[in-house]
Amino acid sequence: MGLVHADEMTLNIGPQHPSTHGVLRLKVKTDGEIISEITPIIGYLHRCFEKHCETLSYEQIIPFTDRCDYIAAMNNNFGYVLAIEKMMDIQVPERVKYIRVIMAEFNRIASHLLALGTFGLDVGAYTPFLYMFRDRERILDLFEITCGARLLYNYMWVGGVSHDLPIGFVEASYRFLDEFEKNTKEYHNILSYNKIFIERSADVGVLPKDVAIDYGVTGPNLRGSGIKWDLRKDEPYSIYDRFRFNVPVGKGTMGSVGDCWDRYWVRAEEMNESVKIIRQALDKMPRDGDVHEALPKKVRPPKGSIYFRTESPRGDLGYYIISDGKGGPTRVKMRSPAFTALSALSEIASGWMLSDVLVILGSLDIVLGEIDR
Amino acid sequence: MIINQKVSDIIEKQFPGSVILPEEPQNDYIQLLPDNWNEIAKFLKNDTELKFDSCQCITGVDLGIEENLEVRYNFHSMKHKHKIEIRIAVERKRPSIPSVEQVWRGADWLEREVYDMYGVRFKGHRDLRRMLLPEDWKGWPLRKDYKTPNIYNGMKVKKVRKGWD
Amino acid sequence: MGFLEERFDDNIVTAKVDQLLSWARSTSAWYFQFGLACCAIEMMATAASRHDLERIGMMPRSSPRQADVMIVAGTVTLKMATRVKKLYDQMADPKYVISMGSCANSGGPYSRAGYHVLKGVDQIIPVDVYVPGCPPRPESLIEGLLKLQEKIRHERPLTKKK
Repeated sequence: MGLVHADEMTLNIGPQHPSTHGVLRLKVKTDGEIISEITPIIGYLHRCFEKHCETLSYEQIIPFTDRCDYIAAMNNNFGYVLAIEKMMDIQVPERVKYIRVIMAEFNRIASHLLALGTFGLDVGAYTPFLYMFRDRERILDLFEITCGARLLYNYMWVGGVSHDLPIGFVEASYRFLDEFEKNTKEYHNILSYNKIFIERSADVGVLPKDVAIDYGVTGPNLRGSGIKWDLRKDEPYSIYDRFRFNVPVGKGTMGSVGDCWDRYWVRAEEMNESVKIIRQALDKMPRDGDVHEALPKKVRPPKGSIYFRTESPRGDLGYYIISDGKGGPTRVKMRSPAFTALSALSEIASGWMLSDVLVILGSLDIVLGEIDR
Repeated sequence: MIINQKVSDIIEKQFPGSVILPEEPQNDYIQLLPDNWNEIAKFLKNDTELKFDSCQCITGVDLGIEENLEVRYNFHSMKHKHKIEIRIAVERKRPSIPSVEQVWRGADWLEREVYDMYGVRFKGHRDLRRMLLPEDWKGWPLRKDYKTPNIYNGMKVKKVRKGWD
Repeated sequence: MGFLEERFDDNIVTAKVDQLLSWARSTSAWYFQFGLACCAIEMMATAASRHDLERIGMMPRSSPRQADVMIVAGTVTLKMATRVKKLYDQMADPKYVISMGSCANSGGPYSRAGYHVLKGVDQIIPVDVYVPGCPPRPESLIEGLLKLQEKIRHERPLTKKK
């Protein structure tokens, strides 16, 4: 018997596929079941955000920043508004600062719940998805009684926020936080220490430390590889230096450091840390104050440019804004964390089987709206 | 930031003639010539005192129809925790800059995006093609003199119905 | 519904075959989840625990060949438009399309200055129900689906079309 001749096959995954987190196309060269090369092709959701910003005023851009990373819309607003306030040197009242941190951390919990729920769905577990969405709906209820919207808020304005917290918000938050802490134990029982889940995600898709820094990967993906870097602690912005919380880092508990299980576990622990921050903020927040006190009459930053970055649930989100002294910007560039995380996919997914690629993609937690803008 | 001034002096000492000194002293950015940008980039990454191992953001800028295009880089060091901004100007007609994608792997996709939006060619990039727009798109959208096409592959691009304003 | 009232016992039902078929088809329309952008998150939330889509008979399918309804949720860009048309052609007759959200209805917030956005998915495929909102609440989406069920129920699949 002679040698069997085998060719490489080129497969196409997407742009429509139930397991991709948006419209992403993967061109895959396989040798049997093992992948030799993988190329992500993006651009199917390019909505011309940056060109559109040049025709709008600074306040009108805020709803469009929401729609870029639609899962963590409050954090997008937060970064943009802080950048403009730094350029214009505006001091916001204390109550506004606490409200902003509370909203951003609630949105971080909601975003991680969705990320972990869909990760379980990719691996094949349907129940954790339904349980996590139950909790996410309660957070969206809190947002809805404050500003009226469930998903895209346009809440943080330059110099303040759009609506004050309604009566009953603080009590409802405390009730939710108490129930949520019990539920996280439930999630660990269902998903995290589940034998099948561990076998599918431990030791799979290891992202080494130097590769992560070279590609510019940040956020939970970097922390899963063992590097302790969190912008809320290392370059604190707003009032994050007043709160006490830990930064969870992947240690290779179930496999090697930097595998998919580590990235999943970092996100699950970060939800607990966010609960701590919200509790401290609710305790220390001043009880009264006008949230519209510091809104400027005209938003006209002086001539110059700024690069400002904040910690969004996916990594560090950067805004590069160039201002000409007029009512609208000359250039707004959004540096999205999922963009750099996806560029590392071709390196960490080569050599694995086809079904592992979807697990790796799910653990990177990408959102195509942010990548394509 | 004082760091920009300090790094600017170090670069001028290693690679004389590459730094364009500003008219008034400022600490916000370093303006470089594009000629030996690749060697300067390797020096910035490997030198023990500087150690800029993380390329944060690469932005293309069009300052106006009469002006040049510019590419601005933001770097950060995970070890020393300092950051700088570097600006390199290119001409409009045939914009071209040496690529740094072999120095920082993260610059690969960021440079492709600048090429897609502005048309700046990165010399030495191993795979320079469009990233966000389709392969057969004509024009460089983020330039100030870009005109939106009326039809693309049989589909109307502009607003179609009357009375939408 | 066309039941003949009180002529027979309670557990005997009479109806025209046409109406019976339409009723059966309307209450088990499986949808093809074509979530593109932010509206996809609201579509997932509608299918999740609190507002449940399976109680009105809709089950998510990931292949167009097994689906009756296509819910276009999100912005359709010019790069994606050819794929939308291809997927619509792959669905088997009779098929329906729901356009969910402002972006799929008419381009949405990007309709003024988006050079890469298709201004409404009805430029390339015929649409049955438009659900407005940015993003539409889950209750709005369920209302749109119920209107689609009403539309299916009024069809007469067995009569000869002129």
